[in-house]
Amino acid sequence: MTWNDVVFLLPEIIISIGASLLLLAPVVGWRQRETSAKWSMLILLGITALTVIGCSYWVQEIPQSRSLAGMFALDGFAIFFKLIFITAIAMITLLSDDFLRESRYSVWEYYSLLGFALCGMMFMVSGMSLISIYIGLELMSLSSYILAGFFKNEEKSTEAAMKYFVLGAVSSGILLYGISLIYGVCGSLNLLDIGRALSTIITNDALMFGVMLLGAGLCFKMAAVPFHVWTPDVYEGAPTPITAFLSTASKAAAFSIFARIFYLALHDFQLDWSNVLATISALSMVLGNLAAITQDNVKRMLAYSSIAHAGYALLGIISLNSLGLRGVLIYSLVYVFANLGIWATVLMLRRHEYGGERVDDFEGLSRRAPFWAFAMVIFLLSLGGIPPTAGFIGKYFLFAAAIQAGFGWLAILAVLMSAVSMFYYLRLVVAMYLREGREADVAITRPLQIVAATCLIITLLLGIYPTPLINQATESSRWIGARAAIIPHAGR
Amino acid sequence: MAANYSVLLVAALIVLSLPVLTLFVLAPLVRASRPNKVKLEPYECGVPASSFAFDHRFSVRYFLIAVLFIIFDVETVFLFPWAIRFKQLGWFGAVEMAVFLAILLVGYFYAWKRKVLTWV
Amino acid sequence: MPEAIPSTEAYLMLSGTLFAVGLIGVIIRRNMITVLMAIELMMNAVNINLVAFSHRFASLEGQVFTIFVITVAAGEAAVGLAIIIQLYRLKSSINVDEASELNG
Repeated sequence: MTWNDVVFLLPEIIISIGASLLLLAPVVGWRQRETSAKWSMLILLGITALTVIGCSYWVQEIPQSRSLAGMFALDGFAIFFKLIFITAIAMITLLSDDFLRESRYSVWEYYSLLGFALCGMMFMVSGMSLISIYIGLELMSLSSYILAGFFKNEEKSTEAAMKYFVLGAVSSGILLYGISLIYGVCGSLNLLDIGRALSTIITNDALMFGVMLLGAGLCFKMAAVPFHVWTPDVYEGAPTPITAFLSTASKAAAFSIFARIFYLALHDFQLDWSNVLATISALSMVLGNLAAITQDNVKRMLAYSSIAHAGYALLGIISLNSLGLRGVLIYSLVYVFANLGIWATVLMLRRHEYGGERVDDFEGLSRRAPFWAFAMVIFLLSLGGIPPTAGFIGKYFLFAAAIQAGFGWLAILAVLMSAVSMFYYLRLVVAMYLREGREADVAITRPLQIVAATCLIITLLLGIYPTPLINQATESSRWIGARAAIIPHAGR
Repeated sequence: MAANYSVLLVAALIVLSLPVLTLFVLAPLVRASRPNKVKLEPYECGVPASSFAFDHRFSVRYFLIAVLFIIFDVETVFLFPWAIRFKQLGWFGAVEMAVFLAILLVGYFYAWKRKVLTWV
Repeated sequence: MPEAIPSTEAYLMLSGTLFAVGLIGVIIRRNMITVLMAIELMMNAVNINLVAFSHRFASLEGQVFTIFVITVAAGEAAVGLAIIIQLYRLKSSINVDEASELNG
């Protein structure tokens, strides 16, 4: 490490210093100043975002933008995702505001942990070595375990934390064992070196086993089907803003790192691997969407929906072409903002402790808050991938990539499953517009309005005029695309 | 290709069956099983057990101290490689280690101020 | 290489068995503390692997990773223990099966 590396790591350094200060603030007598906690967090996120943007301009002048002995890359892909993470965390900060004020729990530690989780995600998405990726992943996971159990006097929250912790720790162990086997075969932990080694050596059992274990660990983090069992329970039990965090930022981080590892290191291995991943993707889409239909709890329904979305995102990773890589970028952004909008609307309904958690709670929302009911419809349409919304653009790229890579059957299945998903999304719409039973109880506060409105603007604007997003995704995926030597057409 | 996968499966089965065989089949066959009252008591440094472990509660303080001990004990592992290469790493290494220790101190300070270290 | 050092395969068998013991322990044990210990076993199996390969390649990368794995495992144990304590305070039990508030 040299002084030069410090500049590369500046956003991470700033966020970790800031998170440490947030941790220290309550013990030096600021515990009661809860409003300042929120503002400190937002200012910290703003500074971090500006630093990331500054770094992105600086990086354009230096093509070989790698540091820490090649363990850390500040390429377009990383910057794109870092900005998504920071925006998502800022929105989650706004979502948490009222939620925390009503509880008796300490606000400062909460924001500090969110900051550390953000630091982990930002470090992970820049990782060029399995070491740095693992450290980032664990920083994110450990913070998430604590955040899931943050409401420590509620049995549900603690139980969610326990389940998340046990399964998360086991999956980390499995992931690590896979990494150790890959290291044993390739002799390096650097993604580019692994990629080079794999292009020369013949596939052997140890490598096969290693990649399978690594893939299993990653599938757990993004909640793809055989490794999804934790998702509904943890989503239901965790505090709602933390559920929003787990289903948006944390999940986008898992997409990003899955794509980075597979596009940079394992592209030559793809041939042996793609059928396994295609099966996982198909199972995730089918099981996630079908299980979501029967759920009456909105948090559980969205948990199953997020399992299905992991299946869609996997399409972009399996296809291994430039459309797929751009699809992962676009889809992550679209998915994060549509989902955050939904969580903002769910939180508006939270008049008492668990309000807004049942589908029935949405009854009559169209009369109490017509605008936000309309926004909710847009977010749901975006998740379903219906044209005037941004979700369509994301799904279009992923499905086209799958067809181009010769996975036509998977694309057809994905379209069918999207249609199925509209069925349970429409249940919420029906509850909001057609049920006359009673009027929904709402508490529409300014922070929730800001989040929902921003998400609405992003979802509609990018749906109607997607060109800037597509151009940005093309630009951002260039470096990885060149390294992965993506072959533009099918036949791999 | 198919042959490769089957070898993998066999290897996985062998590795998985090893602990199952040893723990549940081999061990009960080999070991002598003559339990008596004294043997079944929890081991407490050779002296007669004063009570069973779950009969009375341990103070939760013990666990908090254990948690803090694990963290601060293990983090020192990073000091050893740095100490060996102290001269070669020079001032930059010293600054880096100071930053690392400062991060640990943040946690220590937090625990101290939250009165985790005082025995109530 | 001196005669006394076992081959990499021997280390792999050891770590594979250790990992399997850990994984089976997580699955069959109901006591949370035992589950935590089994998870530590899995991590240590990885460390054996990494150090064995590091020795074989004469590269330090694996050993560097081992140090990180050890510290992360310690952090994980601390977080896990904290969650277990809280669960015990609420339920007076650290049995995995008794955590059944969430149906799934």
